Order: sequence, then C-alpha cells, then structure tokens
Amino acid sequence: MTTTAPQPAASGTRSTEKLLEVEGVQKWFPGRRGGLFGQKGNPVRAVDGVTFSLGAGETLGLVGESGCGKSTTGRAVSKLIEPTGGTVRFEGRDVTKLSPRQMRPLRRELQMIFQDPYSSLNPRHTIGTIVGSPFRIQGEKPKGGVKKTVQDLMARVGLNPEHYNRYPHEFSGGQRQRIGIARALALQPKLIVCDEPVSALDVSVQAQVVNLLEDLQSEFGLAYIFIAHDLSVVRHISDRVAVMYLGKIMELTDRDTLYENPMHPYTHALLSAVPVPDPKIEARREKILLTGDLPSPSNPPSGCVFHTRCPKYKNELSESEREHCRTVEPVLEEKTPGHEVYCHFPQVRSDLVVGEPVTGQIRTTKPKVA
Amino acid sequence: MSLSGPTEFEAVAADDGLSGSGLQGDGEPSPDATSSDIAGRSLWAIAWSHLKRDKLALAGGVVIVLFILLAVFADPIATAYANITGRAGDTYATAHNTPPNDVLDTLTGLPVGDFSGVSGKYWLGVIPLSGQDMLTNLLYGARTSLVIAGLATVLSLVLGVLAGVISGFYRGWVDTVLSRIMDVLLSFPTLLFSLALVSVSGIISTSSFLRYAVIVFVLGFFAFPYIGRIVRGQVLSLREKEFVEAARSLGAGNARIMFREIAPNLVGPILVYATLSIPNNILGEAGLSFLGVGVIPPTPSWGQMLSDAGGYIQVDPFYIFLPGLAIFITVLAFNLFGDGLRDALDPKAGGR
Repeated sequence: MTTTAPQPAASGTRSTEKLLEVEGVQKWFPGRRGGLFGQKGNPVRAVDGVTFSLGAGETLGLVGESGCGKSTTGRAVSKLIEPTGGTVRFEGRDVTKLSPRQMRPLRRELQMIFQDPYSSLNPRHTIGTIVGSPFRIQGEKPKGGVKKTVQDLMARVGLNPEHYNRYPHEFSGGQRQRIGIARALALQPKLIVCDEPVSALDVSVQAQVVNLLEDLQSEFGLAYIFIAHDLSVVRHISDRVAVMYLGKIMELTDRDTLYENPMHPYTHALLSAVPVPDPKIEARREKILLTGDLPSPSNPPSGCVFHTRCPKYKNELSESEREHCRTVEPVLEEKTPGHEVYCHFPQVRSDLVVGEPVTGQIRTTKPKVA
Repeated sequence: MSLSGPTEFEAVAADDGLSGSGLQGDGEPSPDATSSDIAGRSLWAIAWSHLKRDKLALAGGVVIVLFILLAVFADPIATAYANITGRAGDTYATAHNTPPNDVLDTLTGLPVGDFSGVSGKYWLGVIPLSGQDMLTNLLYGARTSLVIAGLATVLSLVLGVLAGVISGFYRGWVDTVLSRIMDVLLSFPTLLFSLALVSVSGIISTSSFLRYAVIVFVLGFFAFPYIGRIVRGQVLSLREKEFVEAARSLGAGNARIMFREIAPNLVGPILVYATLSIPNNILGEAGLSFLGVGVIPPTPSWGQMLSDAGGYIQVDPFYIFLPGLAIFITVLAFNLFGDGLRDALDPKAGGR
C-alpha cells in the first residue's frame, strides 16, 4: 500500500511514526433497568479496552459480528462519542480531553464515511451544499472558490459535476455513497473512519466503491479504519485486521497472517463461515459453528469473554485449562511477532479455506493513478 | 394535466440512466449528460407537482389568495365599490358616522327591503341600527380575522418550534421540563382563561391595540404545545440520522446542526400545521367575538358581526348568513389546502 502521492505523510505502510494510537479505549453506556425513575443498571460495555495503532497511509480492518462494538470504536476514535476511558492519540496528541471547540481544527484531519447512504445526506440540501459544507463549517475558502473545488471533488469520486444543484433523492445508493466520500475528502484528511461504507450497497456497486476508496488512498495517502462485517471485502482492502468480540479485540495482525494462519478460535469460526463460491470446496470444508447467544455486554462472562461460546473450550480443553479460561482474563499480546491474540490457548490453523472476494469486479491489480 | 406528469417522470428517469452509465467509467464524469437538465428537482418541486394534481387543494389555495388580497386591499376596494354604487366619499370610516337613514326603517331600525335591504347601492344589504354597508364590513372583517389568525399562528409557530427543537435536540431534563409545561398548557381550560384575561385587560385599558394583542396571545400561546409536540417528535428522529453525525464530524456546533441541518427538514410539517392552524384561529377569534370578548367595535370582525346578527335572527335572518358564510368558506379553503399540502409533502404519497 505504498503510494506515489506527493503527501509527505504517505511514506508507506511500515511507517514508524504512528498516525493514530488508541490505548485501552472504553465506552460504557449507562445501563437502565427501566421502572418509573429509571434506576441505574449495569453499564453496557460496548467497547471495553481496545488498543491498536495505525500508520499513515495504512488501512486497518475492523471486523466482528453485529453488536461487537466496532462502530462504537470508530465513533470513539473520531470523537463522535466521548470515550469513558482510555486515550486516543492523533499525531501524538491526546484528543480524548479536547473540547468540541478545540477539536474543530482537528476535524479536518479526521473524517468519516457512514454506513447508510440514505440517511447520511441531508435530504433538504443540494449535493453542492453537502460536499461544500466542510469548507463552510471550517470557515475555509479553497483556491478557485467553493463551487469549483466541490465540482472537482465530484468529478474525482466519479460523479457528474454538473449535478451540483441536485438533491440526494435523485441519486442511487452507490452515487450517494460517492457523495459521502467526496464530503469526507473535501478537507484532505489524513485518516478516514469508514463505518461499513459498502454494507448497504449491492455487490456490484460495492466493488466500485471499494475500488474508489483504494484509488483515493493511493492518490492522497489516506489512512483508513475500515469497519465491516464482510470478511472478503476487509481482506481485499486492509493491511492489518482486528477481529472484535464483545467490545474487545480478539486478534490483531496483518491481513495475510490473519486469513492464512489465524490463531484465535473466534477468528477460526468467523473465517469458516465465509462462503466459498466453489460448491465442491464448500461441501468439503469444515464449518465451525458457534453455539449459544452473544452474551449481554452489560454482564460479560468472567475470565475470557469468549469462553461461553468457544468451541475449543468446549471440545478440546481439560478441566483445569477450562478453569483457567473461566477465571483469568487473557490479554491481547503478541504470540508471534506482529500477531496479537487474546487467548490463553491460541493455535495456528491454516486449514481453513477462505473464499476470495465474491465481488468479482474488484480489481486485483492496482490501477495507475492519473 | 395528465400529460405533464408522465413526461416529467420520463425526463427524470432517462437522466438518471445517463448519470448511472457515467459511473461505469473510471471516475470520469459522463460526457453525454445534457447540460440543459442539470438543475435538480427539489422536494418542493416534487411537492408542487403533486399539489398541482389536487384540484380541491388548488381551489382552496385560490380562495385563500383571494381573501388575502381582499384583506390587504380593503381600502381601495371599498372606495371603488362606493364610487360604483354612487356613494362616493362613503368610505368605511365615514359610513359609521353617517347612518344613511333612507335604507333603515326609522321606527324599527331594520333594513328596508328583502335580504337585509339588498340593492344596487348596497350589494349585500345593510346592517340593522347602524345602517353600515354589509359588504364593506365583511371586507374589513376579513382583514381583522386574517391578521389575528395569522399573528396568532406565527406566535404559536415561533414558540412551538423553539420549544420543540430545543427539547427534542437536548433531551434529558430540558426535554422533561419543556414537555411537562406543554402538557400543563394542553390541559388548561383555555376558553375560561381567555374570557378572564380579556375582561381583566378591559379593566386596565380599553385600547383597541391591547385587545388585539390579548386575543393574539390567548389564541397563539395556548396552541403552541400542539406544534411543539409535532416538532419535538420530528427532531427526536432527525437527530439520530447520520447526516447529523456527519455535520458533527466536520466540526459543526449545536446551533448549526439545529438550524442548518435539522430545521430545513421541519419546514414541511410546520407549513402544514400553519395552514391547518389559521382556520382554527379564525374560528377562535370568531368565538371570542361572539362571546363579547373579541375585538372592540367599531372594528369589524366576522365573529362580532355573527354575535350582533344573533339578535336579529327572526327579523333579519340574512344578516347572520353572510359573516357565517365568510367564515365557512375561509376555514374550508384553509383546511382543503392544508390537507393537500400534507399529502403533497408526505413521502409515502409516492414522491420519492
């Protein structure tokens, strides 16, 4: 994911200076037990101690099932919600304590693309207003005027600049997502948090949008946090991938290691659930089914949060080992260099066949940047 | 009529197809898009195209515009009418001071002739006792009714939108306090309070302006919780939309989000509420005048004419008919237009 862009920050994936450092970030929502006066219940631990870092121009994939806290993590990083604990450092600066006013100049470096292209655009504003709003909010006058800049942005993301005065309802889902991308791009940020940017789009359009995101990354040296639950798409776009479960990171490593040599039992189960487009392979390969329900994040299990559903815990471990899982919580630590796992008994499994992206239109080669 | 709809639709559909194909390329805008059809169809344009097909709503709108014009130009119209009927110089003001005795029965004070004395000189007859011209009175009555109803609606809109936006946006204790205040107001015996307030204000001062203000206040203030609740509900749902988060992630403050992002989405419901609230306030003003606590004579108002006509129902039944008809037509017009507007602005009606 090295880039040819002239940005000085875009020095490459393995940049030693980290753009973003997230340390032990927590978001606990106050629990409500209901009742007339809304007595306090257990807090909902949506995100519970998440630590990762991101270099300039790098893409971190954030995967996990619904409700695992990946979107909340993205929102905590971009300060849309206030984390209840931990620190987020952006370019070495702790942003967790900043007031909205102090945060404003930083907003230009840190942007967001949203999941639902239908609700992320104000239906009463024209495309020109929407894409130009970053300039107005930040009080910036771009060279050549707002309109010219906005039209350039529209052209860059594959929209007809002449549609400047149109309204969101006149566009398809994929086009609307491009509008959202143009808006995020307007202030030339260094990091874009993409919150399931393609989940609401149909498969062929997903490919176009993913390709666009990749093009923009190489052109502008952007770093992405790419939140998704589609493992194929994440595999395609990410440099490193973090797997989340119940508000914690289970496994964090580079993309190829994660998909080829995953260590955490939860990752094993996730990968085995990705459909393979070849029916012969699909019939032969092992599928690891998790039993039971996702535990409530307001009352997480003791010890390892995954032990209630862990197939390894259930089938392979001895009673004393199980005791260990139940009572001692593992920490996310490097088991092999660059491969962090939250598990007492990790095990590399290379036998899980993971499907290539079913989105056939995703390019496998990098395009030349104009 | 039926032609314009489909052709417009096809134009939009064809154009969407064009821009869609433009996207297949590699980030280049589609070169074949025609530059003539670039201006977007705003939601207002769509609402208008729906409204155009609603004949009843259009008729209501025409009547509303007509009444507003009559009220605004009451002076020149009354003068012209007086000139045509050969009563030159007999403007509204002078008509009060010089009751033309030839049209009234000197003994009973009732109009001479059928239908309140309809004649070439007095097209809709005259008013008993005073002998004022009925048509001129109705004309100026329209001004009173519409001004009071309009001001009261504006008052309830300002208060209601502010209360609704603030309580819906900030939630928490702000919402609790404002919502409870609105609940209390909704359960208030408004009519009794109005009667009391107007009476008290009459003791303090008999100025016509104060009476106007009190009526506007009573009608507007007690109606604001209705729009407040509607707006609060809308804001509660709008504030969760991702475009609000998008604005916030760009660094927008609360005021900007409330008034630039959320408020434009409230214009539809507010407009509908306003058109449905004006007839209510016309009726309210008429009711207060009927009960004798409305505008002070000689300022004419439909409700006050109605109240006056009650005393002549047996000897001059035509008198009560005219202000009643005026109120009826205005209220019906506003209601029809408001209903049409609501349908036109409703996304479920097939607009999007």
